[in-house]
Parts: sequence; structure tokens; C-alpha cells
Amino acid sequence: MASKPRTLYEKIWDAHVVERRDDGTCILYIDRHLVHEVTSPQAFEALRLAGRTVRRPDLTLAVPDHNLPTTQRTDAAGKRLPIEDPQSAAQLAALEANAPAFGIDYIDAVAPEQGIVHVVGPEQGFSLPGATIVCGDSHTAAHGGIGALAFGIGTSEVEHVLATQTLQLRPSKSMEVRVEGELGPGVTPKDLILHIIGVIGTAGGTGHVIEYRGAVFERMSVEGRLTVCNMSIEGGARAGLIAPDHTVFSYLEGRPYAPRGEAWDRAVAWWKTLHSDPDAVFDKTVVIDAADVEPTVSWGTSPEDVVAVGGNVPAPESFADPSKQSAARKSLDYMGLEPGQRIEDIAIENVFIGSCTNSRIEDLRAAADVLKGRTKASNVRWAIVVPGSGLVKRQAEAEGLDRVFTAAGFEWREPGCSACLAMNPDKVPPGERCASTSNRNFVGRQGPGARTHLVSPAMAAAAAVTGRLADVRTLAPCQAVDA
Amino acid sequence: MDKVSTIEGRAIPLGLKNVDTDVIIPAHWLKTVSREGLGKGAFETIREAPGNPFDVEDFAGAPILIAGDNFGCGSSREHAAWALLDLGITAVIAPSFSDIFSGNAFKNGILTVELSQDQVDRLLEIAAGHPITIDLENQTVTTPFQDRFAFEVDPFRKHCLLDGLDEIGLTLERSAPIETHEQQRAQALPWLDAPQRRDAA
Repeated sequence: MASKPRTLYEKIWDAHVVERRDDGTCILYIDRHLVHEVTSPQAFEALRLAGRTVRRPDLTLAVPDHNLPTTQRTDAAGKRLPIEDPQSAAQLAALEANAPAFGIDYIDAVAPEQGIVHVVGPEQGFSLPGATIVCGDSHTAAHGGIGALAFGIGTSEVEHVLATQTLQLRPSKSMEVRVEGELGPGVTPKDLILHIIGVIGTAGGTGHVIEYRGAVFERMSVEGRLTVCNMSIEGGARAGLIAPDHTVFSYLEGRPYAPRGEAWDRAVAWWKTLHSDPDAVFDKTVVIDAADVEPTVSWGTSPEDVVAVGGNVPAPESFADPSKQSAARKSLDYMGLEPGQRIEDIAIENVFIGSCTNSRIEDLRAAADVLKGRTKASNVRWAIVVPGSGLVKRQAEAEGLDRVFTAAGFEWREPGCSACLAMNPDKVPPGERCASTSNRNFVGRQGPGARTHLVSPAMAAAAAVTGRLADVRTLAPCQAVDA
Repeated sequence: MDKVSTIEGRAIPLGLKNVDTDVIIPAHWLKTVSREGLGKGAFETIREAPGNPFDVEDFAGAPILIAGDNFGCGSSREHAAWALLDLGITAVIAPSFSDIFSGNAFKNGILTVELSQDQVDRLLEIAAGHPITIDLENQTVTTPFQDRFAFEVDPFRKHCLLDGLDEIGLTLERSAPIETHEQQRAQALPWLDAPQRRDAA
């Protein structure tokens, strides 16, 4: 029987439907549930109040990341240091108590595997291709980089998954973002996704799941794919994914939670079927020419407010939509920028390299490559590197990257969400600017009054050494030094 | 969940587009283990500005909020829905909503009503001085001036809201098909079961 051609998204969706009701709502089975301290306490409490248990603790993994300080976590004797902020301490303590109470595997704050939940999942082999993966965090979309259907959920849904291992959902529409051609030298996956969001807008993917297609993605590392899919939510799509291939299989093989032996072979055989059929129909297609993508910087307070680094701050009148004009005026006022100002003339005082978007080993290598033999400019007050996990940190240290960063004037921190979201002590002061490898430039996102410019890790490093937003491609090749 | 049928009263004419969840409730308010009390932090940055609509006495306790396109974009924090509820807001009208926010709103009995930009503009005008009525059963928004705007709503969500149903309770009633699915999955995709635990690895 010839079956209807299906998209990758439809294949994964269909394999997880428990029950489909006449109105189109499905009970969808969830394979992997990641839990962190901020969006889970109310869910565990509600389970307790209702006398409910966790249906599949074995498919659930908990790790603290959002409000864990990124400073030293143990004293010289190896004893855990207390968390100063009482609210953060209470939230972290709640997760530490809830996970074992409900039989959930828990990576504690000082375990070497601890890190940002979206770095930990793939790194541990807990996240797998073709799996449905959820977490109470919108950047769960990241796991689509290994070919999973992964999306963020609210706390009521966290509770729903804990209690039933399913969600009640209607299928999304499908959207193809096809990138043609090759990225130029010095143009990274972060630049590509910022450019894509600039093209489709922050609501461009609303109601859709994006599949990123094109040779660019086939050549892209797993780290790069995770970066691209991570920011699908900034384009309005709850999930984004890339068909899994050998790059993904080699990345996952041998990781702690990944299948082994015969189970591995069976898994790979299924994963190889996970791609959109040649005649599959998408509800919407956007074509991007890779040659149009430059190192990209955000200028406003929405992730769609992006421009090539060689460009200028746009004039609000340049937008056709009157409401976009007024939003741009507000953005420029908040950002302290003038229309027409050259992007490369914007001085910055802070640099943040980290977050679930750009804190993996490849990101740190890219930044360190630029920083080798250089130091941060005198006007850069605060520059930090926050590895995405303890394992990334160890790897970077083994490669000597930590010494490159500290020699350049950066602080080398413990893993966590850090200055991405102003929930922990790492914040950008009011009125100051930050070149940040994170994912959101919303008003107040990095601290009240903080001004965020979203960039790639290499561009963040270029900003650090020049003290302004700068095109990393125009920096002279760095001097080779012994790291 | 409380039953939701008709929501009637004043509507805060916010009107802004792309109101993100960091605007609805900034991250520093998320360090709570409770669902209560988040109204204090709701729209903190907007409320700092003098003359903002939340300061207008007529809108105190208003059950409806009117916003622009893409309301609730950004993070998955359900705290955004809890913050609105704590302010007394039980319905939001906008041309579009982010997917995660509208799900979170529904799960907390907040109705999200999608209308065209023209209809939203008309309501923004009326809301300045008059109440608005949202009738979920008949799927209409009406004004004292004979405006009558129909809106779409997911039938399952409508049923849950009208009857105040607990979605988890409903799903738990389907535990037999969930078990069947788990058995089939164990046969077809066995590696998805029982991932190695770290302590066993």
C-alpha cells in the first residue's frame, strides 16, 4: 500500500499518537521529560495535593540551571557553598527534594554532568532522534537539532506529563525553512538563525513546526544544529527540527543514556527513516539564500530586530507597518540608539558568552580562536564565559581554552543559564550594553534597563577585543600563542 | 478549574504588539514555588511609566485585556498566566497569541480570543469608556454599540472551559490506551524505554 508522503514532523508525531479524537486533538506520548527548578515546583506540589504519582520517572531527568549562581559552588574542602538568595535557594532545594521523592534521576548542582538542561540532554544521550522531548522551557526546541520533536511546555503541562507521560495536543502546521547555497567564511549557525528570524519575524512560525532543510544543515555540526533549532521559538515556532544523519549518530554513540549494542543498531535503523519524504507537502515554505547571511547583530528589543554587522540602525519610518514603526521607536529609545547610526560604532561595556544557544564546546572554541593573544578593550567592564555544562567546562579546560579566556580578561564560570535571563546574580547593569550570545533581547531580559545585542560567540569575542560591535572577519588573524 | 462562560466588564486597552512573557512577568518574579501573588510583578516595566493604562482607575479589576499581535511570545513560563489571573484578568483579546502562552492561559481558565486587527482596533476604541462582553458558549464578543464579533475556539478547549474540566483527570481516564501504546512502543522502539541511568552507566 502506497502511503501518503509525510514530513519528518508528521512521522515523529504519528509514531507517538496514543489516541486521536474526532475534534483532532491527540493524546501524544512523551519519550523524554527534562525538569529544572523554575517551572517544576508548582507541578510537583499539585501532584502531591491530588495524590498523584509520576507515571514514568525513568523517562524523566532533573537538573538545576536557571537560578543557580555561576560562581564557585564548593569551598576548598569540597563542601557545598550556600546559595545567598533565599528564594533561589528554596527553589533549588525544592527540586533537590522533589526529584528523589518522585523517583526521578537528578543531576545535582556540583555533579560534573550538571549544566543547562538543553546542553545536558543531548550531551548525556538522554535526548534522541525521533523522540518526543518536552521541558518547562521554551528553548527545548534546541533538541530538534538531533532530529527530535522537542518543545517547551508550561507548568500545568509539566504536571500533565509527570502524571500521564502524555500531552493533549493538536498537530501543528508544518513550515519548511530551506537554506540554499553555502554560508560564507566567518558566518556561523547563530548568524543564520538570527537572519532567518529577521526574515520570518517573531510570529512567522506561530502555529507551525519548522523543519530546516538544505545542504548547509547537512554539513553543520550537531552543536550548530542545536543553536539553530534552539531559536525556533524566537521565530514563533514551538519546535524546529533537522533530519538526523550520521553526524548526529556519531555524536550520540556511547553517551551515557544512549542505547547500546543491539538496541543501538535498531535505533539507528529507525532513525535513518526519519526524513521528510520527497513529495511531502509543507503548509508554508520560506527560502533563504545563504549568500545573503552576514555576521548578524540585533539592534532592538525583539529578536526580529536584526541587521548585518556592516549595516546601520534602521529608521523607524523605514518599516511599512505603523505599529512596527512605533515599536521600533520604543526599541531605539530603550536601546539608546539613533536611526542611521553605524552598527560598528556601538560601544559595549559587557560581553556574555553562554546560554543554551551558544555554550557548547564548539562555541567556546570559536570565541577562543578570536581571543587568542588578545585582551578585552578597556571600556569592556565585564566579560564572562559560562560553559553550558560541567563536561563542556572540563573539555574546554583540557584544550586550554579557559586560559585563553582568562588571559583576555574574561571570567571563567560554573555552568548555568547565567546572564541570559536575570534570574541569578549575573546581570547587566541598567543602561549598559551587552554583546550576548544568548537568545532574547527583550526589555529587561538581562537585567532592568539592560541593553542586549544578540551575536554569535565569535562576534562576542570580537566585541570584547574592540570594545564595540565589530565584524569578526575584519580582525587581523590572531597571533598564534601557546595556550 | 473554575467554569468559564461569560466574561463581562471593562477591558484594559493595552494594544501593544509582541508583548513578550518577560514584559508580562519579569524573570526575577519567577523565583517562587507558588502560583499566587504574581500580580504585583505583572507588566512591571509598563507600569513604571506614568499614565500607563494599568494606572487608570476605571480599569482597576478589569477582567479583560486587549493587546496587539503575538501576545505572550517568548518563554514558556506559566507565571505569565498566573500573573494575569492575580490581576483579575480572565480573558485576553488579540489578533494572535504565541502557542505556548495560549495553552498556558487555557489551562488556567483564561480565555484567549483571536479577532482581526480591525476588530481589535474597534474594541480598543470602545474599551476606553465602555464595557465589553465575551460569550464563550456563542463564541462572540459584543459591545454596548451593537458590535458583534464572532471568534473561533478549539472545541476541546471550549468544552473544558465551559464545564471546568481537569485535563489531567480526563487523560488519566484514558490510561488503558496509554498502556497499550507503551506496550507497542516497547516492541517497536525498545531503546526509548528504560534509558541507562547515570548511576548504572
